[in-house]
Amino acid sequence: MIGHFTRKLLSGITLAAMLGLAAVSTQANAATLHMAWSQDATGLDPHKQTAFSSLRLLELIYEPLVRVDASLQIIPAIATSWEFSKDGKALTFKLNPKAKFQDGTALTSADVKASFERILDEKTGAAARANFLSIASIDTPDAATVIFHLSQPDAPILTAMSDINAAIVPAGEIKAGSIGTKALGSGPFKLDKWDPNAKEVLSANKDWAGGATGVDGIEISLLPDEAAILAAMRTKQIDFALLNDPLVATLVPKEASLQLNRVPVLAYHVLQLNPSRKPMTELKVRQAISCAIDRQEVLDTASLGEGKVTGPLTIPALATDPSQLFCYKRDVDKAKKLMAEAGYADGFSATVIGATGEPPTAAAEAQIIQSQLAEIGVKLDIKMMELNVYVDAWLKGDFDMAIALNGGRADPYTMYNRYWTKAGNLQKVANYIDDALDSQMQKGRAETDPAERKAIFTEFEKHLAEMSPWIWLYTSYSYTAQQKNIAGFVPTPTGTLFSLSKVTIQQ
Amino acid sequence: MNYLMRRLATFPLVLLGVSILVFVAIRMVPGDSITAMLGTEAGLLTPAQRDSLAAYFGIDQPWFVQYWRWIGGILHGNFGISVTYGRPVLDVILERFPLTLELAVLSMIIALAVGMPAGIFAATHNEKLSDLGVRIVAMIGQSTPSFVLGLLIIYTLSAGFGLLPAMGEFAPLWQDPLRNLSQLILPAITLGFAFAASVTRISRSAMLDVLSDDYVRTARSKGASARSVIWRHALPNALIPVVTLSGIEFGYLLGGAVIVEQIYALPGLGRMVLDAIQQRDYALVQGSVLFIAFNFMIINLLVDLAYVGLDPRIRLGEP
Repeated sequence: MIGHFTRKLLSGITLAAMLGLAAVSTQANAATLHMAWSQDATGLDPHKQTAFSSLRLLELIYEPLVRVDASLQIIPAIATSWEFSKDGKALTFKLNPKAKFQDGTALTSADVKASFERILDEKTGAAARANFLSIASIDTPDAATVIFHLSQPDAPILTAMSDINAAIVPAGEIKAGSIGTKALGSGPFKLDKWDPNAKEVLSANKDWAGGATGVDGIEISLLPDEAAILAAMRTKQIDFALLNDPLVATLVPKEASLQLNRVPVLAYHVLQLNPSRKPMTELKVRQAISCAIDRQEVLDTASLGEGKVTGPLTIPALATDPSQLFCYKRDVDKAKKLMAEAGYADGFSATVIGATGEPPTAAAEAQIIQSQLAEIGVKLDIKMMELNVYVDAWLKGDFDMAIALNGGRADPYTMYNRYWTKAGNLQKVANYIDDALDSQMQKGRAETDPAERKAIFTEFEKHLAEMSPWIWLYTSYSYTAQQKNIAGFVPTPTGTLFSLSKVTIQQ
Repeated sequence: MNYLMRRLATFPLVLLGVSILVFVAIRMVPGDSITAMLGTEAGLLTPAQRDSLAAYFGIDQPWFVQYWRWIGGILHGNFGISVTYGRPVLDVILERFPLTLELAVLSMIIALAVGMPAGIFAATHNEKLSDLGVRIVAMIGQSTPSFVLGLLIIYTLSAGFGLLPAMGEFAPLWQDPLRNLSQLILPAITLGFAFAASVTRISRSAMLDVLSDDYVRTARSKGASARSVIWRHALPNALIPVVTLSGIEFGYLLGGAVIVEQIYALPGLGRMVLDAIQQRDYALVQGSVLFIAFNFMIINLLVDLAYVGLDPRIRLGEP
């Protein structure tokens, strides 16, 4: 009885496996890129979405005025050229006359104006509104020219405009209220089908002003388990994949047919202290924590060494050698001395919060920091939470310490004004007010000379590391894995997949 | 019949209780649809921006108004709109349910087809080496987490043999039965393995109980063959605990098998509910929990009715 059944079961499995293989081989011919990721896009409104996957999807469908390239230099997108006025209070764009939306209508200055008005309208709930508050008015002298009049010089605004959260959407769709329910952009791909938490089907936009795309379409599958993504790549079902977990990513190079692309990203892993809570109110206690943490060990243990130790500035053009920053070489004796001076020779107890799986290394980071801080008498209680619960506590500043992976921006002002200026929207999260930081930020905002800017932000970084409201740890890599016959993908520090528009599949 | 009517009459009351529980529970968890959409960037919103988004997500009203609207809608057959899918909640659930049902049925077939014969075999070879073997395998089956087994299967097939059923795009049974089966057989084995182990253990002990009963001895002494004793006399009476167990397990499976659905990328109910909770898609969480509760009640009722069929001495609804 059992023997008979087992035989039947085995033949069933073999049949199933053969069918699976058959399904795979039929996919090889079409010039469609089969892509997988473990987290799906959560919505289609480019002005409201901030989830990593949503941005990556929307960057293929919509376009901003400008883009940043792999070295974070501003390059043309919808705009072919741009210029600041001498006083820095007017920014003029010339639009590409060939730019069209995917329904064939021309993209004009009226669409640009309507898009920015939508972002600035509080009723929209646009994520990037705070970056554009210096826009006083928008002029459209002709269909291909847009002039932004600014209330004050604002150098970072150009970089902020490269973000897909500042995408240009059709004025008609804004009026119809259909942004977010359908995706109609001017980018390289059209969204043919979106099945949330399962699949996206994109086809090439033949009218794209950027020229012909390298593939006819992209099919994105949601495979929630990254080990399963790797398995699907082994069997050639998937050509290209986004990976989050360094544990899975480091397995990719072991497969002969696969290639791993990795690039340091702007986002940073950080231990946020809450300087409004005792004893983190004491500078010496915060500095002691900074001195007691071995950043390289956190990186090696939690992320298998996949990344590099960083100071607050993660932008390659501005970053300085982190070993020159305050206490970036671990010094437990100094830490103990600082604790004693602050009156905490016996240490103290605190709670550190983290989000489960976001990033995948969060729990490991918390554990290694817990053991490092134990050496100076700090007893850490680790509290891991579901992401939304964590975000809620984080936004309220309701924590002693928090393990965080905070997003980076191509411009340091846009990246940090929310935390370290007096009017910053996330001042409540950082809970640390410092005149020096505020004035350095304001100077950096107005300055347009690159060398001067670098000097200002170097000072800013040095001061921030010394005041230690947060303990910056490391930046990790963004990973993509691909079959070796995929050519032309350029990984960038912003994590964008835009270069999929020029990717080709070699036979 | 009377019993059936009385049982059915309790359904609305239980569902009302479930609806209140799920409605309150999901709102007690910190975070809302806005933080789920914007993450930490939600902190950049001005109060006016927040209000306008709250109105969009329908979370701007006091909770009792929200509850009243929701319940009122359900009485008219409207479970609300999922903000993630932009479609009616019931449509989204019913689209996912066939896969979950099919996976549950397949797992149950595997579990019963493997577990019952193995249990009976072990019982009839009580305390022999072969019984020990079955019990060890069953113990392993019960204690292996499904994610370990699932990943092991995927890894072995893909790394060892270069084989894997097509993942990502799921083919419904009525569109492409072969492809559908190829995609579901591995998840069903993964789920069925632990399920079969439970069935083995429970049918073994039930069978052992029954085999020591007087009527079995009587049957044997009257010269009934070993086969007839087991299959005709003992088995029907040993089935009751197996039916109970299967009913409960099946009920759980109809609520979706989150981990197996994650690993094999199956668009089932379990993953849908998990995603809905993470994305704070309130209408979808509420609707699907009600749906799952309803299924569970139906399964329980069917199990109770099955008792009557198995053992004519049982009279339902009588003291």
